[in-house]
Amino acid sequence: MSKYTEDDLREELKTKEYEYGFYTDIESETFPVGLNEDIVRAISVKKEEPEWMTEWRLEAFRIWQGMTEPEWANVHYEKPNFQAISYYSAPNKKPKYESLDEVDPELLDTFNKLGISLDEQKKLAGVAMDVVVDSVSVATTFKKTLAEQGIIFCSISEAIKEHPELVKKYIGTVVPKTDNFYAALNSAVFSDGSFCYIPKGVKCPMELSTYFRINQAGTGQFERTLVVADEGSYVSYLEGCTAPSRDENQLHAAVVELIALDNAEIKYSTVQNWFPGNAEGKGGVYNFVTKRGLCEKNSKISWTQVETGSAVTWKYPSCVLKGDNSVGEFYSIAVTNNFQQADTGTKMIHLGKNTKSTIISKGISAGKSQNSYRGLVQVASRAENARNFSQCDSLLMGNECGAHTFPYIEAKNKTAQIEHEATTSKIGEDQIFYCNQRGIDTEKAIALIVNGFSKEVLNKLPMEFAVEAQKLLEISLEGSVG
Amino acid sequence: MDLKDKLVSSFLAFENRVDNDAYVHDVRSDAIKIFEENGFPSKKEEAWKYTSLNSVLKHDYSLFPKREEALDYRDVKKYFIHEIDSYKIVFIDGKYSSHLSQTTHDGMDVCLMSAALSKPKYRLVIENYFNKAASKDSLTSLNTAFSNEGAFIHIPKNKLVEKPIQIVHFSTGSEAATMLQPRNLIVVDENSHVQIIERHQSLTDNPVLTNSVTEIFANKRAIVDYYKIQNDNLNASLIDNTFINQKRESHASVHTFSFGGKLTRNNLNFFQNGERIDSTLKGVTIIGDKQHVDHNTLVHHIEPNCESHQDYKGIFDDNAVGVFNGKVVVEKEAQKTNAFQANNNILISDKATINTKPQLEIFADDVKCSHGCTIGQLDESAMFYMRSRGIPEKEAKGLLMYAFSNNVLSSVKIPEIKQRITKLIANKLGVNIGFDL
Repeated sequence: MSKYTEDDLREELKTKEYEYGFYTDIESETFPVGLNEDIVRAISVKKEEPEWMTEWRLEAFRIWQGMTEPEWANVHYEKPNFQAISYYSAPNKKPKYESLDEVDPELLDTFNKLGISLDEQKKLAGVAMDVVVDSVSVATTFKKTLAEQGIIFCSISEAIKEHPELVKKYIGTVVPKTDNFYAALNSAVFSDGSFCYIPKGVKCPMELSTYFRINQAGTGQFERTLVVADEGSYVSYLEGCTAPSRDENQLHAAVVELIALDNAEIKYSTVQNWFPGNAEGKGGVYNFVTKRGLCEKNSKISWTQVETGSAVTWKYPSCVLKGDNSVGEFYSIAVTNNFQQADTGTKMIHLGKNTKSTIISKGISAGKSQNSYRGLVQVASRAENARNFSQCDSLLMGNECGAHTFPYIEAKNKTAQIEHEATTSKIGEDQIFYCNQRGIDTEKAIALIVNGFSKEVLNKLPMEFAVEAQKLLEISLEGSVG
Repeated sequence: MDLKDKLVSSFLAFENRVDNDAYVHDVRSDAIKIFEENGFPSKKEEAWKYTSLNSVLKHDYSLFPKREEALDYRDVKKYFIHEIDSYKIVFIDGKYSSHLSQTTHDGMDVCLMSAALSKPKYRLVIENYFNKAASKDSLTSLNTAFSNEGAFIHIPKNKLVEKPIQIVHFSTGSEAATMLQPRNLIVVDENSHVQIIERHQSLTDNPVLTNSVTEIFANKRAIVDYYKIQNDNLNASLIDNTFINQKRESHASVHTFSFGGKLTRNNLNFFQNGERIDSTLKGVTIIGDKQHVDHNTLVHHIEPNCESHQDYKGIFDDNAVGVFNGKVVVEKEAQKTNAFQANNNILISDKATINTKPQLEIFADDVKCSHGCTIGQLDESAMFYMRSRGIPEKEAKGLLMYAFSNNVLSSVKIPEIKQRITKLIANKLGVNIGFDL
């Protein structure tokens, strides 16, 4: 055997590093499958979290171990094996494709229909991009403007490091670790997410959106969002995007917490378009999300959602109307096609006096899908003059889909005024005939009618979003006309 | 020994005592097994989320009252709709009272369940209908296991029953606590029409638990009108399970008037097995104190071109708890269904609670289904209008509440019942509604 010198070793190390460098780095950042306390600790270490956060995660993990998956929802699916998932994988830095030509043409077609710019298309499809000068500079300029106003908008792991006092004070106050199976799981293993703090009296000058946070893209399946609007502030937050995201993750268990302090207002809009599985119902994302907002005095939280994706959706954005005169709103469009299943709705918990809530839910089911609205309106005995109005409309297309309504209404105060109404119907043949007669083909006619049906909710979306959402509805229902 | 064990262990003795054929014996044996497995429902079950039976089950009920009590008609006359001529099937502590009853075998059978179960001439009817509509849940199964006495009504083809039939169950409180399990079977054949009034009444303050099951079969083009008057005293609890199986073009309506009782649970189930069926479910609930009334309805639309109408009104005072759990299921084949469901509630006191859950489960696209549900108060401007015209507050409230529940009364076809209900409402509201209908 030839002599092995120090020089040789040095040389070897050098080449090795050269050989693998950055790749090794990535590989080491994917954890083995399975979940135990060590994994939870390792996630915490990886994110360089302080001691209290590690403990917090561990506590959540112990709680999670004692819980079972909820089965009450009107959805049927094969339960994921929680020990067969890798709970941490660093953002994938390797581009998936070299150029747009390699991307699934069907996907590109959808992009074009949605009117998404070429640069954005590349980003969304995971195509390597030379320099995203525009977006980056946009992001930084925005960050600067926000910082001037004292607004903190960063990733949650950054927030844990930079603003531990704020995170510590608010995290888990609206959605406690013990809340439900998926919230406990998320609390234990959340990989990243966004944190937003609006200081007292500040009106956030722009719509905050996850769009601009390029460096935090691909935060994975366990996202945690915390939005705190201090007294008298206002923020509008957009989440998700209209483009179909070809995420391979089977399970998404996110937690979103909103806190609106006295006189504050938060507007939270979501467009969800995860992979719904193919036309035969194979694959697709399981979306199990816990979203809840807490309203202090005179504050307002408004949820708007457009749900078109995911194979299984289990999502109930809720408002706890704790402060007097607080207002909660929920506007939702849920579209299901093919074999999709959605069980979505809201909870309005009236605790304070003169609290108001509005629920407008529009469900559209086509193909062989099942679409359920499940909502709770609760008026506590001290919530005087509570007012609620709920409206759930369902539209059925074809006779193989189902629309279901499960409203729970609980009133313990005599001054409560609650109204709930629900209707189920199909698109009238006369309506389609009317359109046909005027030269609008059936597919376009249905798009028109669906748009009209969902107008009340679409109107609540920020403008640019609304335009895209409208197109999205059209695409989701494509080919569902019999 | 808790009530479940007591019931299960007394089953054998009961089976030996009643003399029935093998068919009924098998049905009973299967039923007790279901009950033994599932026991009484708990709040963990979705259908019982808002109603707990714990306070009702804690008493040591006597299952088979030994003493035979007799009642004088004059003492109990007020519990009958006595203004009209009617057939009567009366039970005292679960036993048939022949001198209070007026039954018939003239062209139709208005008689006893025990006779139908044991006599060979009814064998065919029993085998065709008995326990065929009832669901297999634990409370219904419990009743099936102990089913022996109740009303048996069989109306043959093309018969218009001119007098309404009253089914009245009295409990005399001869024992400290009594549990009763009446079982009724009503078969209405083609083109026939019958009106039935049912009432449960306890005559003392001793606790009574009634777990009643009624199966109704409305065959082709039959018309069945059923009125349930629930105005028992505050120690009596009632679990009423009604199953209605409708054939094509039949009309069935059930009106439930709940004013009394400690805990009342109405499980009302309609199954539409045919086209162009019409089902009506209506109810008025006016309760106070610590009363609890739970309406759990199901309308199952199985075939096309059917309709269902549901309208439940509730007024809740003191610590009363009201529950409405209405479910409409429209199957894939049931196109052109028209289903309507409304539930309106008024809370009078700060401690009263209402939990309502109107559900729609729809699998067909060409349907018109809607439900509405409100919780609110009496209109202040209407109150002011009446008070400014010299109507005292109490009367004004009474008038408004009467008006509120009037929608339901408008579809009651027997004027005497309407009158009686109006009186009961006035009584319940403590006012004199100064007009007759």
